[in-house]
Amino acid sequence: MNYIQIKNLSKRYFDVNALENINIKISKGSLFGLLGPNGAGKTTLLKILATLISPDDGKVEINEIDLVKKPRQIRELIGYVAQEISLDKILTGRELLDFQADLYHIPKTKKLERIQDLIIKLDMQNWIDRKCGTYSGGMKRRIDLAAGLLHLPKVLILDEPTVGLDIESRNIIWDLLKNLKEDGMTIILSSHYLNEIDYLADTVVIINDGKVIDQGNPNYLKSKLGGERISLKVREFSSPEESEKVKEILNKIDGIRQIVINSAQGYSLNFIAEKEKDFLTKLKVELAFSKFEIFSLTQSQPSLDDVYLQATGKTLQDAEIFMAGKRDLKKESKQSMR
Amino acid sequence: MELKQFNFLFLYQETFALTKRLFIQLKRRPSTLIAGILQPIIWLFLFGALFSNAPKDFLPGVNSYGNFLGAGLIVFTAFSGALNSGLPLMFDREFGFLNRLLVAPLTSRLSIILSSFLYITILSFIQSIAIMFISYLLGYGFPEFFGLGIVFATLILLVLFVTSISLCLAFILPGHIELIALIFVVNLPLLFASTALAPISFMPSWLGWIASFNPLTFAIEPIRVSYTSSINLDFIALHAPYGDLTCRDCISLLFILTISSLIVINPLLNKKLN
Ligand SMILES: Nc1ncnc2c1ncn2[C@@H]1O[C@H](COP(=O)(O)OP(=O)(O)O)[C@@H](O)[C@H]1O
Ligand SMILES: [Mg+2]
Repeated sequence: MNYIQIKNLSKRYFDVNALENINIKISKGSLFGLLGPNGAGKTTLLKILATLISPDDGKVEINEIDLVKKPRQIRELIGYVAQEISLDKILTGRELLDFQADLYHIPKTKKLERIQDLIIKLDMQNWIDRKCGTYSGGMKRRIDLAAGLLHLPKVLILDEPTVGLDIESRNIIWDLLKNLKEDGMTIILSSHYLNEIDYLADTVVIINDGKVIDQGNPNYLKSKLGGERISLKVREFSSPEESEKVKEILNKIDGIRQIVINSAQGYSLNFIAEKEKDFLTKLKVELAFSKFEIFSLTQSQPSLDDVYLQATGKTLQDAEIFMAGKRDLKKESKQSMR
Repeated sequence: MELKQFNFLFLYQETFALTKRLFIQLKRRPSTLIAGILQPIIWLFLFGALFSNAPKDFLPGVNSYGNFLGAGLIVFTAFSGALNSGLPLMFDREFGFLNRLLVAPLTSRLSIILSSFLYITILSFIQSIAIMFISYLLGYGFPEFFGLGIVFATLILLVLFVTSISLCLAFILPGHIELIALIFVVNLPLLFASTALAPISFMPSWLGWIASFNPLTFAIEPIRVSYTSSINLDFIALHAPYGDLTCRDCISLLFILTISSLIVINPLLNKKLN
């Protein structure tokens, strides 16, 4: 059952196409991962779902309620945890939760109970009565998450919830998300961390440059890629030049594709070998011909990064680093001020 | 437009929460409140002393300059507070806290505006009472019951008028620096171009004309009259160059200004908040 339907959704900022003709279906009770590098359009999509910005084109329905026509009904359904956390420095965590509960019209009788419940679940007892201005990044995230959960939303939206967090906070958040999912909550989570999506999500959509690259179950996407991921070394630590030579040799072999030199692992060569073809014999012959030997040859499972690499020709990490330097976040936040 | 199921209790709950937040901020950073009371009192002392030998016949209906000045300072304090009321909203816009309010299913987003009105009105009442009390201790008298009614009615109108403008600016201007700059530029000139510090008869005629159109004057004069014992609404409060205005006239003008400004800013607030 498709609980959330996004049809032909587009959004522009001046000359940037932040989202282009996005189509996504999310079923009830799933933990849906939105994977993409910085600038892919994740925040824009989630802000539209949270009714903070309106789409230029297309349609979104949650539980068959039109998001543009009935934003207030949508707001009651969703809990939104923004990428940029904004707490009132001067309020204590407890006061903030109390404030938030009133904005969601939670009756007085239930308010204290819910707040107490979340304080325990997110392990906030020790600092909940301190002012938000004194909180660390992890504490801020946790209190913000608690605020998003107070009204027991049907859909929880989290925009890069674990970026830059300490491991303790991250684990608490991950565990809570898993529990919430078991309780039947629909969760949408954006991330540029493969591990996070791989660990948490049962459905993933990979977006890049405002467009959907692929979507489905992570394992399905990986297996769809086909082939075996091979990592080859001709020496423990090769020079870049040597690896370039080996790359040329590999290029000639039928059944080997997508050769990447991995500078982080002693200039090893990573590539995909098609399963049916016996590339190994040929590889040995060709290498010996150029006086190379196989130092190590390891096989690995495809990851979501390979899915991304396949579609864009870049690793997710490279795309992330490339974009991070290009954006003027100050200007963007000025422009998105209401 | 979505048909809102309008729930009065919900509106009360959210407005109360928003207002309470502003008061918690005030309680933890009381400097605004204290400065707002101290400043006019210092003025009362200094200006009172400075002009203590001013010829009394020039001051209509009062027996000392301090007595004359009280009304001006009450109005000026309320005015300054209301002028600053856009600042918390501006900070909420800049730091993204406003998004928290916009994502919530508020019954009406006007509760954001309403809470600012409530906060500033209560704050300026507290400050005014403090000033009135101290000027009483200084021997400048205290309004009678009916006079108090006039004081507070006038203050509410002025606060509504100025707050609505300030909130509007908080949505239009790009950041708090611009807002503070504007407040800074507007604040004192409006004071000096009103009858807070001197009656119109003291002023050169061009300034008299300006002062007699200044909304601050419309608030100051009824409050000044409310300090006299023979207070009634038909009392001539202001000898403007274009004619005499009664207490009733001043309050009516203030009322019209307030209503018009609310009507004018309403579409803008709707646009920003919907
Ligand atoms: N307010 C804005 N004004 C102009 N451009 C923006 C604004 N917000 C986002 N963008 C641009 O839109 C694209 C998508 O941004 P965003 O949705 O924030 O991506 P992500 O969350 O995946 O990093 C980027 O190219 C970004 O620079
Ligand atoms: Mg983002």
